[in-house]
Amino acid sequence: MLLSLDAATVRFGGRAVLDGVGLEVVEHEVVCVLGPSGSGKSTLLRAVAGLQPLHSGRVLLDGRDQAGVPAHKRGVGLMFQDHQLFPQRDVGANVAFGLRMRGVGKGERDGEVGKLLELVGLPGAARRAVAGLSGGEQQRVALARALAPRPRILMLDEPLGQLDRSLRERLVVELRELFGRLGTTVLAVTHDQGEAFALADRVVVMRDGRIAQTGTPLEVWQRPADAFVARFLGFDNVAGATVAGAAADSPWGKLPVPDGSAQGNRTVLVRPAGVRLRPADQGLPCTVTARTFKGTHVSVLLQPEDAPRLEAACALRDAPEAGATVGVEFDAAEIVVLD
Amino acid sequence: MALPVAFFALFFAWPVAAIVTRGLKVDGVWRLGRILDVVTQPDIRHVLWFTTWQALASTALTLLLALPAAYVFARLDFPGRQLLRAVVTVPFVLPTVVAGSAFLALVGHNGLLDELWGVRLDTTVWAILLAHVFFNYAVVVRTVGGLWSQLDPRQVEAARMLGASPSAAWRKVTLPALAPAVAAAALMVFLFTFTSFGVVQILGGPTFSTLEVEIYRQTTDVFDLSTAAVLTLLQFAAVGAILAVHAWTVRRRETALRLVDPNTTARRPRGAGQWALLAGVLGTVALLLVLPLAVLVRRSFESPGLGSYRALTDADGGTFLVAPVTAVWTSLQYAVAATAIAVVIGGLAAAALARRDAGRLVRSFDALLMLPLGVSAVTVGFGFLIALDEPPLDLRQSWILVPLAQALVGAPFVVRTMLPVLRAVDARLREAAAVLGASPWRVWREVDLPMVRRALLVAAGFAFAVSLGEFGATVFIARPDNPTLPVAVARLLSRPGEVNYGQAMALSTILMVVCAAALLVLERLRTDRTGEF
Repeated sequence: MLLSLDAATVRFGGRAVLDGVGLEVVEHEVVCVLGPSGSGKSTLLRAVAGLQPLHSGRVLLDGRDQAGVPAHKRGVGLMFQDHQLFPQRDVGANVAFGLRMRGVGKGERDGEVGKLLELVGLPGAARRAVAGLSGGEQQRVALARALAPRPRILMLDEPLGQLDRSLRERLVVELRELFGRLGTTVLAVTHDQGEAFALADRVVVMRDGRIAQTGTPLEVWQRPADAFVARFLGFDNVAGATVAGAAADSPWGKLPVPDGSAQGNRTVLVRPAGVRLRPADQGLPCTVTARTFKGTHVSVLLQPEDAPRLEAACALRDAPEAGATVGVEFDAAEIVVLD
Repeated sequence: MALPVAFFALFFAWPVAAIVTRGLKVDGVWRLGRILDVVTQPDIRHVLWFTTWQALASTALTLLLALPAAYVFARLDFPGRQLLRAVVTVPFVLPTVVAGSAFLALVGHNGLLDELWGVRLDTTVWAILLAHVFFNYAVVVRTVGGLWSQLDPRQVEAARMLGASPSAAWRKVTLPALAPAVAAAALMVFLFTFTSFGVVQILGGPTFSTLEVEIYRQTTDVFDLSTAAVLTLLQFAAVGAILAVHAWTVRRRETALRLVDPNTTARRPRGAGQWALLAGVLGTVALLLVLPLAVLVRRSFESPGLGSYRALTDADGGTFLVAPVTAVWTSLQYAVAATAIAVVIGGLAAAALARRDAGRLVRSFDALLMLPLGVSAVTVGFGFLIALDEPPLDLRQSWILVPLAQALVGAPFVVRTMLPVLRAVDARLREAAAVLGASPWRVWREVDLPMVRRALLVAAGFAFAVSLGEFGATVFIARPDNPTLPVAVARLLSRPGEVNYGQAMALSTILMVVCAAALLVLERLRTDRTGEF
């Protein structure tokens, strides 16, 4: 086990920012910690890096307790959210910094810097000033700088957070490909589920300093552990329901649920694709309050008479106008009873 | 942290304790009741009152006159700016005795104003206040202007785009960013004027007397060590209280600032307002700073055929064992040693104080570190003399004694100059370096040092200047055969006769030139090193 956290706890003035977190990362694995701001993600990275002392619990690297090991001796890499490039050094000197700290000679350093800059797509940029870089270029330099000393584990704090959308989508693919090629072990944190799912072998969802769920992106997407995770992933059709057999009694009326669903008082999740629009006289009557074009489909917001709002996904040509009255039926295949 | 603490314990706390013991303990018995006796004396009460209000008035006047200059030097680009910046700093490093005489020659009996218009200020408090401005102008210009020149002008531009008028942008953006530096400068000016000695001694006459003058008078004229010790304690307490309040307020206001290259922020003056401001500042500098020095220089050349300067090389002048001119070399050596000590001690202390996670104990050291500034230099010198002359630490014969005393006075300047800039360095840059494998020492060298190199050079310049001009402490411990420049000047001034006066003026002029040269070199150094390697 390359990295393990054992009941790691950090308190700021009595409030637990990390609350008994247990987490393991194996070699070559890319793990993404996903959570809203204030959930303790960044503190988790700082604790592993040795920048934030633990109140209790342990951080182990290669099975060795890191208590008392200062940040500069842990051999981990951390890419800061806003990069924190050294302003009075040029690109090459920034990338070479970690190698210099390890006493690598100048010739070898220069060769390594050249290779790394090529790797991140900035060949020949070594003499450029940091102040003149665009956001995406800064991000690449920060990545090269973090990779240079070959850290045992590379940690990324909101790696693509400040970049514009198209760049983010391109870089996330590049990163994934790069880490796969280099076999880098990565622990990243982000609040963006798309980023996490695209980057990670395994996703860890955090809430208020605790781990709410871990699993592959597919597992987490298909079976969110609870209402919080479901809502955080962007599912809004979540409600309490009483499950009996293959039906659930919910605010939206009787819902069909898959065979083998847990019974009793539960939380049910209805994916937007499972909300089927029908003529007004069939199923649950709703008013269309808004429709948003999402590229591949149209998201339609529906307001039933006395039940929570529903989100439906439908094809563009089937989408009703705002203000229209429709009926709604549900598809068991797109309904999940949460444990 | 351990080194600065040890330094101040050994060379400050101990001598002060020694002098207090010497003063308050009579025949092995403490006589603390003396404190009340002394304070209730009407003439002492008068001295306390005058010390306080003249310091407040001097500080207010200095800020009023020097803050526009801080702006001009930081933001306006004009020919001769570098030279003028150094010129402004020269008065600060002149021995108080010389500055006092210069003002006497300007506004006193038979002075320039007296000759021209029959105006004399030496019987009023204005002479003292103006001399205090003369001395402390540079403190405000350098402390506030140094930070001002590094503030990102785009902050103001952003405020303007959000609808702020120029004055609103100044009040809401620039002023809050400058506040810590203004507070630090105001504190320094207040401390210097509160403990003013030479200026008041010469310009105050029998009417005006500060605490410091009174301590000196009690020690040397009345030989009442007990009263002197009590007054020292009072001064100590007052200064300690001011410093504690200051440290508290500054901690509340210092924020991480975006610092930029100062060379990019200065612009040519635009519009009538800026030209008028520039003219006003230049006029103030000419009248208040240059004119007294010009009078001083003229006096040094008054005896025919450079007689005053020729006399400096004669060893048989009778005043010294050596030619007065050797004092120049001695002073330089002492000042270099003192600067090195002050920069190391002050730099380490500032680095420890700048840490955001610094404990309360460490932070209270901030105020403690400033105490040598507030305690009279006379006390430090006298304390050195009686505390460091016996085993285990007998330094009476060592040359290091003088630099140590001067470093003690210079180190707080280093801390004051370094701390605001160090605190403004983003802590996450240090963390980034640490994660990349830099030990705490390397972090300081690789991250902090390049960013504060400017401030460090300014601090070193200040420490050097202070050491070079230090008088109150040095006069007690400098050996007779190795006087420093200010000591030599004072000794020459204390002797009657035109020749001695001329020599004093000539030596002062040399001191002035040395300081100006040192500062000009520093200014060069500061602007040339823009790159990292």
